[in-house]
Amino acid sequence: MKLEPIVGRYAEIDMQNRKHRLYFEESGKGIPLLCLHTAGSDGRQYRAVLNDPQVTQHFRVVAFDMPWHGKSSPPAGWEKEDYRLTTDSYTELIMTVARELGLVSPTLRPVVMGCSIGGRIVLNLALKHARELRALIGLQSAAYVERYYDAGWLDHAEVHGGRACGGLAYGLMSPLSPQEHRWETVWHYMQGGPGVFTGDLYFYQIEGDIRERIGAIDTRLCPLYLLTGEYDYSASPRDTEAAAARIPGAKVTIMKGLGHFPMSENPEAFLACLRPVLEEIRAS
Amino acid sequence: MIERLPELVNRDPAIVRWGRHMNETFLLEVGEQQYLVTVRQGLISSIEKGPFAMRSWRFAIRAAKECWERHWESPPGPGWHDLFALLRRGEVAFEGDLRVLMAYLLYLKLVLAAPRKA
Repeated sequence: MKLEPIVGRYAEIDMQNRKHRLYFEESGKGIPLLCLHTAGSDGRQYRAVLNDPQVTQHFRVVAFDMPWHGKSSPPAGWEKEDYRLTTDSYTELIMTVARELGLVSPTLRPVVMGCSIGGRIVLNLALKHARELRALIGLQSAAYVERYYDAGWLDHAEVHGGRACGGLAYGLMSPLSPQEHRWETVWHYMQGGPGVFTGDLYFYQIEGDIRERIGAIDTRLCPLYLLTGEYDYSASPRDTEAAAARIPGAKVTIMKGLGHFPMSENPEAFLACLRPVLEEIRAS
Repeated sequence: MIERLPELVNRDPAIVRWGRHMNETFLLEVGEQQYLVTVRQGLISSIEKGPFAMRSWRFAIRAAKECWERHWESPPGPGWHDLFALLRRGEVAFEGDLRVLMAYLLYLKLVLAAPRKA
């Protein structure tokens, strides 16, 4: 047996006048690094970052499962409503978790790293919370993604949600990524609850268009790094470059041979891109 | 290449298992050439080559010959590597009963990428 250094815990947190039971994992000591998983998945996507001694010797890495995702519960009464993520609810969630877990305070500023919907929301964090954050890392960041399929099929009584969500996620990865990690990533998608992926995509495809606002991001207040895998056709390198072109000081890395879930589909190749960014942040 | 689908799919249990409950015929277009692909419990039971007169199918997947050829490169380039990547770039069109297509999305992606193994 090999025991990993990751520790998982539950926290009871009040948000938007509701009680939430939230699951999070952490590893390491130092600068807080809060990790945001993709739509319809959970914090296991960051297993390699949480397990990387080169990262955890300098960073306290925390990955939480959003409410409704992974081992976090939906709030009481969930059976009577449709789950829908919005720019405001997502931003409040992240900042509440950061405060409650002691990652942000007047003397402590965390790094926040998010992928896909997480890569989108870091752009809003850059606008709204730059002074409270040390740096932002957007993975597969795009200011907007044009709808090219109907996410309603992912939440349909006559389509198996796990199989459909898994099928969707499968193709977003690079054919060059290791099979083992690609299928682990698919598995996370297959475990999502009904309507959760679709509820996240409401933010990603419809409500969370941030194109008009990103020009106001000030990277002097909070550095912004955008890392995008070349095989991603959802948030493509072109989409990331288009966003970066409107944000003075944003630093872009196109990750060769990676897809939409870099940290999960090819951990070693992703860490090789992430470590220099974290080093730069630490040195700043 | 399409004619080889039964051989490429049926011998691969890692593909067949994802279509285990599928019993459908769908239309596949490679440019001008039409094929009717019939699936029985995840196995490709027949490939018929068009043109067809008044044949029924559950759903259709249509793309240009050059598009499929790029999809079947090994390894395929970025943006050509997945059925939905082709959809995103507007190179493929779906028609018919899309509920069935979505129910078997993973299976269909694996089937349509199988020529890469040839």
